[in-house]
Amino acid sequence: MTAVASAPARPDRPVRHAGLVDALRSEWAKMITLRSTWITLGVAIVLGVGGSAGISAAAAHAYRQGHIGPRGWQPAQVSLISLFFVQWAMAVLGALVITGEYGSGMIRNSLAAVPRRGRFLAAKAAVLTVVVFVVGEVIAFGSFLLGQVMFGSGVPQATLSNGATLRAVIGAGLYLTAIALLTTGLGFLVRATAAAMAIIVGLLFIFPIIFGAIPVSWLKQVNKWWPTQAGQQVYSQIGPHASDVLGPWAGFGILCAFVAIVLAAAYWVLRTRNA
Amino acid sequence: MIVAEHLTKSYGATRAVDDLSFTVAPGRVTGFLGPNGAGKTTTMRMILGLDMPTSGRATINGRLYRDLPAPLTEVGALLEAKALQGGRTARAHLEVLALSNGLPKQRAVEVLRLVGLEQVAGRRIGNFSLGMSQRLGVAAALLGDPHTLLFDEPVNGLDPEGIQWIRQLMQGLASEGRTVLVSSHLMSEMALTAEHLLVIGRGRLIVDAGIDEVIRAGSKQAVLVRSRDDAALAGRLEAAGAAVQPGPAGGLVVTGVESGVVGEAALTGAIVIEELTPQRVSLEEAFMELTRGDVEFAAGALAGVADGRAPAGWGPPPNGSAAATPPARRSGPGGQA
Repeated sequence: MTAVASAPARPDRPVRHAGLVDALRSEWAKMITLRSTWITLGVAIVLGVGGSAGISAAAAHAYRQGHIGPRGWQPAQVSLISLFFVQWAMAVLGALVITGEYGSGMIRNSLAAVPRRGRFLAAKAAVLTVVVFVVGEVIAFGSFLLGQVMFGSGVPQATLSNGATLRAVIGAGLYLTAIALLTTGLGFLVRATAAAMAIIVGLLFIFPIIFGAIPVSWLKQVNKWWPTQAGQQVYSQIGPHASDVLGPWAGFGILCAFVAIVLAAAYWVLRTRNA
Repeated sequence: MIVAEHLTKSYGATRAVDDLSFTVAPGRVTGFLGPNGAGKTTTMRMILGLDMPTSGRATINGRLYRDLPAPLTEVGALLEAKALQGGRTARAHLEVLALSNGLPKQRAVEVLRLVGLEQVAGRRIGNFSLGMSQRLGVAAALLGDPHTLLFDEPVNGLDPEGIQWIRQLMQGLASEGRTVLVSSHLMSEMALTAEHLLVIGRGRLIVDAGIDEVIRAGSKQAVLVRSRDDAALAGRLEAAGAAVQPGPAGGLVVTGVESGVVGEAALTGAIVIEELTPQRVSLEEAFMELTRGDVEFAAGALAGVADGRAPAGWGPPPNGSAAATPPARRSGPGGQA
């Protein structure tokens, strides 16, 4: 066996340095070469835009029938209701980018290729952020615009020239990005898709419902500051600021801080734990 | 060059790797031998910076793995062949790895050709056989044209042709001046591939020597002889300076002299010889001879540790060659070469 590789091994061969850009390119290639990415993003778009079309049409019908009065009619919120479903798809994508590696053992190939744990995590988080933000904004604007179209004539529509409405639509994509990143951080911590999803369901859904259902005033405060509840204000709060919730950007800031804490914990665990 | 210095890995009270120090030199295939659960894979993972040593360290050309600026261009590793995301094509899998170290994407196709997988480059690796996955793992290891290569049980799942191929590949890589460390629990495999042996049992280094040395140290020249008059022949052989013991199934086991001396003794005594067989030890037996004490002591000390690993079962199917070898080395069933 001769000339196994392109060049003989020489210890004096110039060593090239791989950096964050290389790690980003690798993570981007990982993301786009898995079918699960396209499936989850496809599901997200269908749930978001398709869901908005259905919900908006049904709501417009209820409005025309007089079941919803003009004072309670919130055309922007109605068209963004479907994002509640989209967040689950984005959470799955966020989990899979890392739990897919742990589940298959690919993580060991990845960490052997990029042994700098911080660089690995940063590249993964950055690629996910870009993908979910872009697709999330497409879904947010698509859901909003299609929703307004579906209302049809005679039903008041929302417009992006309203500052609060524009903020809510942009905020919807930001919120989805934060949820995906949060689930990635959880995925690094628990290393299994099912466990990461179970935690995110608890955070997003189960605990807020339990807290909301118990008529104790301090639990109301917990819900107000609960990171995912607070974060949702950035897209759900368009009308006047209610007293039992945080403002849209303050709330989103709480969510972002929580995501940062989870990612920091993920980094610490990744550095110290065996792959 | 791989250097391990007092490498230790503990899981709770269990020491998977215990104060391991060794050097893997370039230019030859170094075999890393031990039973399942001896700590071979853990040691390789620590070399690759995947597992964190409890104490000690491993370096590659003087640097920790995680300090290598582009690790795939210096170290290539085949760990578990099936540790892949099955949804990607072979080519995409290699491209992902190549990009992470700034290597050109074409390198993926080049290494696929090297391992004979170019025709399945576009197929999803989830459908690959274990043998194909092993070849893909080898391709990944060669991606950055590294000077150091680690192969963990590379012959697993390969057909005879594939085994032949990987042996030649490893020897070819070593002959180009690269450092090649290959682990196995099969001593017979090591005999055919490795020039130098590191033997570990229960996480500790037992032997660090050339393979010839291991065989020589474990073997005493022995000859099995059957004759019409064993008693008379035994007397003549002892007079000639040989040590004589009764054979396991009749006859005599003669040590300390060459078979020619046995023939001369029979000729001068006019004793008819019915069988004269030089006994050569296999590597398995040489290993058992060298390490029996360590392994048995350690096995006793650690018995009952529920760490989920297979018990110390050596090498090829337990056909009795190990168990049947009594303390004074005699020919086991597989001893006749």
